[in-house]
Amino acid sequence: MPSSEQLAQLILSGITQGSIYALIALGFVTIYNVTGVINFSQGEFAVIGAFVAITLSQKVLLWHGQMTASLEWPLPVAALIGVAAAVLIGVLLYRLGIQPSRNASPLSQIVVTIGASIALRGLVLLAWGTDPYRLTPFTEGPPFDLMGAILTRQSVWVMGLTVVFVVSLFLFFKYTLIGKALRASSANPGAARLMGINPQWMGLIAFALSAGLSALAGIVVAPVTFMTFDRGLMLSLKGFVAMIMGGLTDPVGAVVGGLILGVVESLAAGLISSGYRDAFTFAILVVVLLVRLGGFIKGRKGEALERAGL
Amino acid sequence: MLKVDGISTFYGHIRALNHVSLDVNDGEIVTLIGANGAGKTTLLNTISGMLHPKNGDVVFDSKKISRMRAEQIVRLGMSHVPERRQVFGSLTVLENLTLGAYCRVSRDGWKAIYQDIEKVFGLFAILEKRKEQLAGTLSGGEQQMLAVARGLMAKPKLMLLDEPSLGLAPLIVQEIFRIITELRKSGTTILLVEQNARAALRVADRGYVLENGHVVMSGKAAELTADEQLQKAYLGGRSNGKG
Ligand SMILES: Nc1ncnc2c1ncn2[C@@H]1O[C@H](COP(=O)(O)OP(=O)(O)O)[C@@H](O)[C@H]1O
Ligand SMILES: [Mg+2]
Repeated sequence: MPSSEQLAQLILSGITQGSIYALIALGFVTIYNVTGVINFSQGEFAVIGAFVAITLSQKVLLWHGQMTASLEWPLPVAALIGVAAAVLIGVLLYRLGIQPSRNASPLSQIVVTIGASIALRGLVLLAWGTDPYRLTPFTEGPPFDLMGAILTRQSVWVMGLTVVFVVSLFLFFKYTLIGKALRASSANPGAARLMGINPQWMGLIAFALSAGLSALAGIVVAPVTFMTFDRGLMLSLKGFVAMIMGGLTDPVGAVVGGLILGVVESLAAGLISSGYRDAFTFAILVVVLLVRLGGFIKGRKGEALERAGL
Repeated sequence: MLKVDGISTFYGHIRALNHVSLDVNDGEIVTLIGANGAGKTTLLNTISGMLHPKNGDVVFDSKKISRMRAEQIVRLGMSHVPERRQVFGSLTVLENLTLGAYCRVSRDGWKAIYQDIEKVFGLFAILEKRKEQLAGTLSGGEQQMLAVARGLMAKPKLMLLDEPSLGLAPLIVQEIFRIITELRKSGTTILLVEQNARAALRVADRGYVLENGHVVMSGKAAELTADEQLQKAYLGGRSNGKG
């Protein structure tokens, strides 16, 4: 039997990791609700945001050591630029990949996002190589002691900032005109057009917003776990699983799903074996897919047809 | 105000509208009557830019709009209240109304929009009571009122109403038609699509009858009401009136 300290420890690190899944899942849900696309580049935005922020804020070797970047800009500035870079890529992905294929089937659009994620991973590999990078923790200092478990300062940052980001996003959707327009466009795209809401503009905003959110997630977690060029794939898959666990279209569900996924993983790794960390995620994925996927793609199509008939 | 000139609209290879022409003049209520599947909704969607005609022109306020997209056309002062209400179910009544004015926010500012929401509440008292409620939880009649109110929030010169009485109880239908008459008094021009021909002709100035994508008859409302053929086809009995 594990001690209660050990359990508390596993749960805490699970919540830390789960916060990141939650943010990425929120990005998935935002894009899915507005455009009907499941964007598998979501994790790539997190990697790019983190790599840009790391490169601008501390000494790093680039191009296999042929170049040293030592800008050492303040972290908030570096983070902002990292987010901006991800947003730009999100916008380009929408303009060049999603918007032109908007009349194609949802499946083809998913393939476009998978293609984009492979291309982006390649770009990151070219620039930063295969080395792991780690961002310096946001604040120095000893960890906290919580019921016998260790809570690092960066974990506090991760959880705190996740709360801030999630709450800001909800306030944005609830109280701004653009936020309301985004919700209207996802509730009924045809009727939204009749209000003067341009669906392409909404799609662009959804991609920009989700890319930025993922980049923030990547940046806050970069001091906790090493960033490598290929982390994006796992982050995407986990965000996707969290999204499905939360019911696909429900932002609150996505956040809860992400947190649960993080905790389940952490418990599986700590109590059974670290090899089981991802196995559990994919067991959940397989079960959920078997139960739901067949249903939801059809469901979406039916709705779309009904909407087109306006 | 609106001139539809010989338009044909297709769904793939299927022709839903065949050389349809009609006019709506300033301040009029014009009704479009026709059985289920005649092409009424297709015509409204073609006018409002949700669909594009293959041939022919739509001219609104002396601008050619047949190639424009719906989200641009609403900015010119045309508001389309679609069939089956299409309110934003997961948004509150107030949010629905706010979005009705989406196209005006930069032009008119929030103050004017809040005043208009108050005005709309004057016309639809029930919506004020329900303003914080999700639109999806309203009754069918309330949703229809919301759909019309949301359309009004765009401050349209011309309103397209697609079967506002569809599936509603007789008392609510009366209420909807009362509001249509009030709108006309306030100077809004209306193109009203109805299967409920009798009620539509009662409030309208003129009417067009659509059959299989063709205009087969048109004229003053009183003339159409008196027309024998039309009486047989559309005004026969109550059940026929519902189509
Ligand atoms: N989305 C669509 N795809 C294909 N055919 C359609 C579509 N919508 C309507 N139609 C067809 O076009 C014709 C006119 O339909 P519609 O404009 O909805 O008629 P109404 O509003 O008068 O009932 C019908 O034959 C209908 O089956
Ligand atoms: Mg119809």
